[in-house]
Amino acid sequence: MVMKVISADHAVAHGARLARVEVVPAFPITPQTLIVELIAEFINDGELDADFLPVESEHSAMSAAIGACAGGARAFTATSSQGLALMHEMLYAAPQNRLPVVMVNVNRSLGAASGIWVEYNDSMPERESGWLQVYIEDNQEALDMVIQAYRIAEDRGVMLPMMVCLDGFVLSHTVERVDFPDQQLVDSFLPKFKPLYVLDPDEPVTMNPITPPEYAMEMRYQLHQAVDESKLVIEKVDREYGALTGRAYGGLIDTYQMEDAEIALIALGTVTSTARVVVDHLRSKGKKVGLVKLRFLRPFPSDELRSIAKNLKALGVFDRSVSFNGFGPVFTETRNALYHLGIPLTNHVAGIGGRDVTFEEVREMFSVIEENAKGHRVKECHWHGLRGGS
Amino acid sequence: MVTKEIKTIKDLPRDDYLTRGHGACPGCGVAIAVKNIARVLGKDTIVYVPASCLIVFSALYPASAFKWPFFYTAFENTGAVISGIKAALKRRGKEVTVVGMAGDGGTFDIGLQALSGAAERNEDVVYVCLDNEAYMNTGIQRSGATPFGAWTTTSPIGKKVQGKREFKKDIDAIVAAHNIPYMATLSIAHPNDFVRKVQKAKSESGFRFLHVLCPCVPGWRSEASKSVAIARLAVETGMWILYEVDHGVEKLTYKPKTLVPVREYLQLQGRFRHMSEEDVEKLQTWICERWKHQFYEEVPVPPCKIEEAKKALIIDEDPLHGP
Ligand SMILES: Cc1ncc(C[n+]2csc(CCOP(=O)(O)OP(=O)(O)O)c2C)c(N)n1
Ligand code: SF4
Repeated sequence: MVMKVISADHAVAHGARLARVEVVPAFPITPQTLIVELIAEFINDGELDADFLPVESEHSAMSAAIGACAGGARAFTATSSQGLALMHEMLYAAPQNRLPVVMVNVNRSLGAASGIWVEYNDSMPERESGWLQVYIEDNQEALDMVIQAYRIAEDRGVMLPMMVCLDGFVLSHTVERVDFPDQQLVDSFLPKFKPLYVLDPDEPVTMNPITPPEYAMEMRYQLHQAVDESKLVIEKVDREYGALTGRAYGGLIDTYQMEDAEIALIALGTVTSTARVVVDHLRSKGKKVGLVKLRFLRPFPSDELRSIAKNLKALGVFDRSVSFNGFGPVFTETRNALYHLGIPLTNHVAGIGGRDVTFEEVREMFSVIEENAKGHRVKECHWHGLRGGS
Repeated sequence: MVTKEIKTIKDLPRDDYLTRGHGACPGCGVAIAVKNIARVLGKDTIVYVPASCLIVFSALYPASAFKWPFFYTAFENTGAVISGIKAALKRRGKEVTVVGMAGDGGTFDIGLQALSGAAERNEDVVYVCLDNEAYMNTGIQRSGATPFGAWTTTSPIGKKVQGKREFKKDIDAIVAAHNIPYMATLSIAHPNDFVRKVQKAKSESGFRFLHVLCPCVPGWRSEASKSVAIARLAVETGMWILYEVDHGVEKLTYKPKTLVPVREYLQLQGRFRHMSEEDVEKLQTWICERWKHQFYEEVPVPPCKIEEAKKALIIDEDPLHGP
């Protein structure tokens, strides 16, 4: 096994190489650029047998990826923020056509108050597109999840596109130690792509005709079911990958110190690492706190969350994006899932526009959750690290 | 499968890949063009169709009028999707013609960026622009291809402004400027020239662009039986110029003996019926200047008859939509 110290973006590129992606249409955007640059190098150096399509926009990158997948090739692309927004229209074509494209989205804030730093308001709105979405905590997970993503997406019971989301700069440009699985091992885990339907004159099929109301509703329902049923495949693939490499990630959801926890925080992305340290610290002071690492936003692990949270006295939900005048999307999802349990919930918005999420802020989150557990009145939605206070 | 080279309409195979039973309007130029292009391109072809009349009349679930593998996703991405399909098929070792068939809106306007990208990368695909000079699928709105003076629902005949005020965009010059291997303009009224150009596009590799003028009965306010006659008049009046650019060599492929006054063309179409003398003259001048500019060497004296006697526009009533 090879070990290297590389950025998460480069880990992704190596993951794509090991997954033997075949067609890579791409358009640069910070902080994603390092991914496709390295893939282009792999191809030009003959280390990866694939076609690089230097298209003229992200809309075209997703269009070409979808075309390539419909043509029977394993397609990969990567983007961020404005690029993902420009793809928005095209994202919807992949799930409904059951095209298992894999894309890495390096999360970055979108629109005015423009910045290039991490925020999840680019990928969160795409929850409704039919793409599976996983959020990554470290560089090793970034590499491993690209490989896992193809196994999940291309599973005959799934056949859906998958978005691997990782934090801009905090991960994308930070170097960490990453172990590379052997190519033979990856090959045994991830067989060659076998499309369900393919554009081929020897067996002509019509893909994506105009669909009148008599049929469209059932098709949407099938997609709804497919996203639901992908849960089992995600769990299975993660276990299998764990058995092969020694690295399993918990499937949809991972927990830390939850066995006897009385209060807990749900986190995702790199803040999970910060929160883990805070949990250790609070535990050392005798507090029964725990952490839930939410990995998948689609499919959303509602049942799993319910069984993890059922005995909690209070639960907080971290969000790195905002629904203006509402709550963060992760909070909304969580409250939907846990509504019937009646657990007191609070929303913790932090790290907006790429602002650092500090230990102090995470401690602050836990103290709000603790207050809530005691039955004291607390605000439902807290903004942490806001100058002037929330 | 060995196929004989198609040089004239007599060589055209009879097997159709756009079959009967599609839902186009009677006399639809797009349907005529696609059917005949398909006959030349033959079996080993994959077609991508963006949002346009063609998708609606050819592929409405659970039916499909295409015997080719067919794909559709959106409006503006023909150049990109066909690039992706071709890349995949090449990897699978399949010798397949990948063709994108887009309307003028999907080519001149919203699809221009993806078209330019694919042309610049010299993707090994055929791009067909089915030019009916407006957005017909959404109900006859003006496009960059709509000619000067024409009525559309977004260039209406108002008290102050009548019809479109801008001239047709020269998409062919734009595409040719990408230095692609082959580009040609086609007319459904010139079948031998038509099939020869499609055959040429088929046998080339790299980015190939075919631009067909496709009369549209409801959009042009014309009679279904006259679509081909109108297409012919477009060529005879110089509103449509039949030429090709083959590896940089530009050639007129059909030259009218004398250019017929544009009035003759306008008269057959309700979309021009409101045009003032001044506007007809303006359009005529545009034709003459374009001809001279583009083909000066071949037609030293543009045979335009601008000073022709000014007959009033007599318009055929529109059979589908009334006067
Ligand atoms: C992004 C987007 N904007 C608008 C539309 C609506 N739309 C569908 S087809 C069409 C016009 C098509 O015109 P054209 O390309 O000229 O083809 P035609 O129908 O005339 O053959 C429009 C505006 C769309 N599908 N997608
Ligand atoms: S509206 Fe025009 S282009 Fe569309 S099907 Fe009818 S004739 Fe053809």
